[in-house]
Amino acid sequence: MILLPCPWCGPRDSDEFGYIGEIGARPDPRTTTPEEWRDYLYMRRNVAGWTTERWYHRMGCRRYLTVERNTISNQVRSATDAAVQVDEP
Amino acid sequence: MADTRRAGARGSARYSALALLRHGVVSHAWPPVWRSHDLKRRYQVVIIGGGIHGLATAYYLARNHGITDVAVLDKGYLGGGGSGRNTAILRSNYLTPEGVRFYDRSLELYQGLAADLNFNVMFSRRGHLTLAHSDASLRTMRWRAEVNKVSGVDSEVIGPEEVKRLVPRMDVSDQARYPILGALYHPPGGIVRHDAVVWGYARAADHLGAHLHQDTEVTGIDVSAGRVTGVRTSRGDVATPLVINATAGWATLVADMAGVRLPVQTFPLQAAVTEPVKPFLRTVVVSGTLHVYVSQTARGELVFGASVDPFASYSTRGSLEFTEGLAGHVLQLMPSLTKLRLLRQWAGLCDMTPDFAPIMGHTDVDGFLVDVGWGTYGFKAGPVAGEAMAACVATGSAPEIISSFGLDRFARGQLVGEKGAAAVGH
Ligand SMILES: Cc1cc2nc3c(=O)[nH]c(=O)nc-3n(C[C@H](O)[C@H](O)[C@H](O)COP(=O)(O)OP(=O)(O)OC[C@H]3O[C@@H](n4cnc5c(N)ncnc54)[C@H](O)[C@@H]3O)c2cc1C
Ligand SMILES: [Zn+2]
Repeated sequence: MILLPCPWCGPRDSDEFGYIGEIGARPDPRTTTPEEWRDYLYMRRNVAGWTTERWYHRMGCRRYLTVERNTISNQVRSATDAAVQVDEP
Repeated sequence: MADTRRAGARGSARYSALALLRHGVVSHAWPPVWRSHDLKRRYQVVIIGGGIHGLATAYYLARNHGITDVAVLDKGYLGGGGSGRNTAILRSNYLTPEGVRFYDRSLELYQGLAADLNFNVMFSRRGHLTLAHSDASLRTMRWRAEVNKVSGVDSEVIGPEEVKRLVPRMDVSDQARYPILGALYHPPGGIVRHDAVVWGYARAADHLGAHLHQDTEVTGIDVSAGRVTGVRTSRGDVATPLVINATAGWATLVADMAGVRLPVQTFPLQAAVTEPVKPFLRTVVVSGTLHVYVSQTARGELVFGASVDPFASYSTRGSLEFTEGLAGHVLQLMPSLTKLRLLRQWAGLCDMTPDFAPIMGHTDVDGFLVDVGWGTYGFKAGPVAGEAMAACVATGSAPEIISSFGLDRFARGQLVGEKGAAAVGH
């Protein structure tokens, strides 16, 4: 079990969340080529180590979160609301 | 000529009944069944990953094509990845024609494998049941049965009474939380002893001349002008024009070294085993709705598995959520198992693809081949994948049987669509 520190609900069991996955830059569907679009759909970085990903707190605040997690140790460093702009440090 | 090589693979005299008896009486330590070598500075073919896929590829390269200047490199021990952690279910009742044909060839090779390798792999054909708890899944079962039959694969939709006859312990009443409406029955499906398959291929590949290197981690791949020229390892550099990535859960990390991107995400998959009890369960039982499957080994243990963990990870730690969910679901199917104790649980890494089909063959980098995307279903594919990858190397092009599984299918948008037959039933 891992705990995700939800900015609205506090530390909660990961079972309460939906895992959305890697955050990739979405190409503009009006101008993108089919190949670029498929690349966005299917290709994954599949990082081993620290990565930034999207989770959804479906049994809590129902907000989409940006989570920093280490995929080898499953340690979680931070979770912030995806819709709230965080200034770069 | 193939036949003399085959006789070689059996290493017959070494394991004759007489030799075993003599050895048992004199009781010396058993000699290692494969050798260790210094890492040569150059190999004709380097295979990364010493699981069933890497070892089978090395074996068929030697046996079918006479290519023996081959190194298999593993960062740990042979069979330490998914090949030593899976639940060893074999079947060919897939959903797509290309999938059915492919896995059926593998079953055919499994059928003769013990004789081919002179190693008892304990392949046991017990029949395989995929339960339907809803009209929607019953419809998918009918579809699969039709696709299977067209390809000559024994596969049939049966009703709850027939399920009860095959598995008397099963609760097929309409009082169950998810009543059983029917099942896809696949008589040729079964289980195998996974370690024996790995050791059998390792021993036979070694015997035919391949070098198996354990504790040898690949840390880099040299590519020059779009061609592979060598690999870097924890034991030194090796020059080679041909590298095969057969690292399953770690596939992306190795592909990254060659600058090749993959549509793969690594998820842990857990399994568990109970204390041994008298044989009562002959068939393999899978329930997609309940996310659980179960079989009984020759030793009497029940082996349980489920779907992959809910989030991507390279961690192989088990979780209590898994055991709790598993127990609840198994008891819904077979309430009388309530007193059985779990002995252990474990996890392995699965290289999941978007269409639940593998990725095999050439890439944009010359000499860099992949045999990955084995997800939760790759053990049964070991023999056919080894045979096909060996042919790929020997002839320079992908054989027909894997023509739908190329990496370029994602850019072309031609996915295979095997999810309906591979998400829970591995
Ligand atoms: C719990 C569980 C149950 C399963 N059940 C089934 C089932 O019932 N039926 C079925 O068909 N399949 C099943 N599978 C899937 C199956 O186990 C795998 O698809 C299959 O074993 C993959 O074999 P492989 O040889 O490709 O990879 P692996 O056996 O995983 O071998 C890959 C090897 O690559 C090595 N490696 C990685 N990186 C490097 C590097 N940089 N340098 C050198 N070596 C490296 C690793 O050490 C590892 O030994 C299951 C998997 C799990 C985890
Ligand atoms: Zn929340």
